[in-house]
Amino acid sequence: MSEQTLKRVDLIFGEYSSEKYKVLANTLHRSNEEILKDLLESGLRGRGGAGFPTAMKWKFTAETPGDEKYVICNADEGEPGTFKDREILSRVPRKVFSGMAICGKVIGARKGYMYLRGEYRFMLPELQKELDIYHEHAKNLGLNFPIEIRMGSGAYICGEESALFESMEGGRGEPRNKPPYPTTSGFMKKPTVINNVETFVNVLMIMRLGPEQYKKLGTTDSRGSKVFSVSGDTPIPGIYELELGMSLDRFVDEFGDGDTKAVQVGGASGFCVPRKKFKDTIIGFEGVPTGGSMMIFNSSRSMYNVLHNYLEFFEEESCGQCTPCRVGCQQLRKGIEAVKKGEKKALYLDQLMKLSESMKLTAKCGLGQSVANSFSSIVNNFKEEMIY
Amino acid sequence: MAKQINLTIDGIAITVDEGTTILEAARKLNIHIPTLCYHEDLCVAGNCRVCVVEQEKVKNLPASCAMPVSEGMVIHTNSMKVRLARKHIVELLLSEHNADCTKCYKNGNCELQGLASQMLTGDHLFLDLVPEKNYTIDMFNTAIIKDDSRCIRCQRCVRTCEELQSVSALGVAYKGDKMKISTFFEHSLFEVVCTNCGQCVNRCPTGALIERNYIDQVWDAIYDPGKHVVVQTAPAVRVALGEALGLPHGKIVTGKMVAALRRLGFSSVLDTDFTADLTIIEEGHELLTRLKKALVDKDPTVALPMATSCSPGWIKFIEHTFPEYLPNLSTCKSPQQMFGALAKTYYAQKRKLDPRNVVSVSIMPCTAKKFEANRPEMRSSGFKDVDYVLTTRELAIMIKQAGLEFDELPEEKYDSFMGASTGAAVIFGSTGGVMEAALRTAYEIVTGREVPFDGLNIIPVRGTEGEVREATIKIEKVKPEWSFLEGVELKCAVANGLAHAKTVMQNVKDGKVNYHFIEIMACPGGCLGGGGQPIPTSPEIRSKRKMAIYQEDMGMPIRKSHENPEIAEIYKEFLEKPLGHKSHELLHTHYTPRKRY
Repeated sequence: MSEQTLKRVDLIFGEYSSEKYKVLANTLHRSNEEILKDLLESGLRGRGGAGFPTAMKWKFTAETPGDEKYVICNADEGEPGTFKDREILSRVPRKVFSGMAICGKVIGARKGYMYLRGEYRFMLPELQKELDIYHEHAKNLGLNFPIEIRMGSGAYICGEESALFESMEGGRGEPRNKPPYPTTSGFMKKPTVINNVETFVNVLMIMRLGPEQYKKLGTTDSRGSKVFSVSGDTPIPGIYELELGMSLDRFVDEFGDGDTKAVQVGGASGFCVPRKKFKDTIIGFEGVPTGGSMMIFNSSRSMYNVLHNYLEFFEEESCGQCTPCRVGCQQLRKGIEAVKKGEKKALYLDQLMKLSESMKLTAKCGLGQSVANSFSSIVNNFKEEMIY
Repeated sequence: MAKQINLTIDGIAITVDEGTTILEAARKLNIHIPTLCYHEDLCVAGNCRVCVVEQEKVKNLPASCAMPVSEGMVIHTNSMKVRLARKHIVELLLSEHNADCTKCYKNGNCELQGLASQMLTGDHLFLDLVPEKNYTIDMFNTAIIKDDSRCIRCQRCVRTCEELQSVSALGVAYKGDKMKISTFFEHSLFEVVCTNCGQCVNRCPTGALIERNYIDQVWDAIYDPGKHVVVQTAPAVRVALGEALGLPHGKIVTGKMVAALRRLGFSSVLDTDFTADLTIIEEGHELLTRLKKALVDKDPTVALPMATSCSPGWIKFIEHTFPEYLPNLSTCKSPQQMFGALAKTYYAQKRKLDPRNVVSVSIMPCTAKKFEANRPEMRSSGFKDVDYVLTTRELAIMIKQAGLEFDELPEEKYDSFMGASTGAAVIFGSTGGVMEAALRTAYEIVTGREVPFDGLNIIPVRGTEGEVREATIKIEKVKPEWSFLEGVELKCAVANGLAHAKTVMQNVKDGKVNYHFIEIMACPGGCLGGGGQPIPTSPEIRSKRKMAIYQEDMGMPIRKSHENPEIAEIYKEFLEKPLGHKSHELLHTHYTPRKRY
């Protein structure tokens, strides 16, 4: 049935406007209300994975009183299997800076930061060059919104927004209690908008195309396109910009190697979808959301090994402050080992499922809460691989 | 008035101020939500997650200690979901924890153990993670032992060290499964900026941070027929010991404590208050001498403000943090060390004992005193001046070991000599007490009159927790020999808790203030909130102890140090005069700078 190929989109990586920073220049003339209205109309939701409506985030922050506010671009791309921000930053950095500057105007921030993943240090010289060009143009536009790049140090947890603030403030990368949310108390305890790299680019494209045209892409719940990082057992790994709302079986038809057994959607903290559910799985906020990572596994892969690998990752990358995450990850990893070795009965998996549910309910931040996603989806769908 | 928020907890409606947490609101309803990382003295961490509750229409279970109430909230503190999640969390903590309780010093006084028994964790749901952990135990310190195998990473100690004490000797290291509470480069507490104040020990919910106990050594000394074991008791012990033996907070148990010590077999039961009075005489004269040097001789080298030196946590703090201000410390040893030095000289002579056979034991509200007693500076008697320091908690254990029914003991009096004391000495146990005692004496030396405060109560210098107290005392109509002090306004500052000590010293350093005399006690509330006091501690408990201390002062027949008859006697028989040759040799000392790391 799916003869036709998935629609490729060229929004994010599409060509720049003919003039440098033209869209930004045009947007600066518009009122904040108009910009927010367009954003709301566009239905844009954050591209980091959680999918919070961008217009609301900006609006709340704009409404919080205060002279000192910040815009932060979360470029701490650490989710296993995600590498799309790297591509965006190396190909269209100007769009990212423009999006940040528009946000600065809307919320009344005078400073922006980009928190760049520690492993992306190699990109720093090029980005800095682009940033200098941005600053020049900003000056010509009479825009007082400097952007500074801060380097991460290689901790996955620092991609969590409040841990990112802690890290930027010089503290240990540990998530904070919420509330208060960043919209009222973020970086330096000031109202802050923090968005993913791709989100800022989407903002710029909405400004360029208008919400009506932008909305033509995607579904009601998932407007626009998404940049996917496709990896694993696929003949064509890479970065693809696709319309949101496709079904997983169409995706697998196009990217799989003909022997696909499962797709891990959304990285280690996402969900594992087995072949039998491909057809009913929509990629988008109404189905399985993803920050971009699509890992394809064929029948040669042991899902036990896949899960074990993820759990080892979480065990090490947990910040360690809250009990469910710190100890829970260790118990899950050791637990599946014990079942595999026959040291624990297969029924112990049920105990571990309950534990993962408790982790989801009680962990302090998204890291600990999302371990259960991959754990339960892999164990439920590939139980025999866990036991035998 | 704060905005009012209506919510329902376990079916009971309640209205509270905006900003109240769910935990606080529940406590108002006498609903007890269990906690581990939460502590009244500290900022909210929300990391143990034991206090999770169920909020209707919310997917996750919020931590009640960290979640502010909101209008219309419906909370269940004991739902099926909550019970399972909470049990899982305690089980997880236990799986990482060396739960060999019978080998633990905190056995029977452990918050984790309490929760475990409440939740019937006997079935051990999860795997034991301890064997592969390679936990370390830091046993090198003379005051505090840190056992990582007992640690539940609640970070109470880290917050205590940073927020209350601004020392930050303890911090979090590594992440994930390797996350641990550690020190600078994982050195022993002995080798880092730790002041041994023991505030972390007071707040540790388990046995991860405990005092090094010397109970067996003291029993050995008591049982040794060749030894004469002298015991001294610090002022703050008598208002807190009862708590560790089942009595209410802040009950004065001086007489029963003396009786108990006698029944334990100490040869002589004496009072640190005696040397507190002596400290006042020496320190008061030292202050007046410094003032004279500064005001009359115009000596630019004289170090003012003078700071008190009774609190060994403070001493180590200044050695590390403001070493350039060591000359400002009073050269007086702490009352404990003065006592120790006299026990092996004056006392031994008077009782015709060979000082080699005198064992000097002190009962202190403090863990830093253990470190102090082991300092090389503290051997001026030719021996170790104080052989063993026991905390209030250790004494309570000894009393239990001996099978004494504490509350039934009669009230007994201290032995004489070095057992007499005054109200001025008792208040050494509270913040502002040393200042007040010193002023009662110094003012009278200079003017010949009592301090001009109702009932000798110099309320303006009585410190309060959480603030730096400043006071100015005008000196008028002085005796002729002190004419240079006529009209001088003596500026004093009182601080408790090292965070506030740091503020005071930084202000001095920045030239923002111009004090003559500073009293610093390392612990919140002073010694009554010391690191060796019964656990738990809270602002309310400390305020009860404080009331007891001032009540004890009011009840003393003599309330000024210089009127202590045994003090007059010791100067006549032994020391000759304040700041005299003997005093210098036995009662005064100097400290040396230490590095931050």
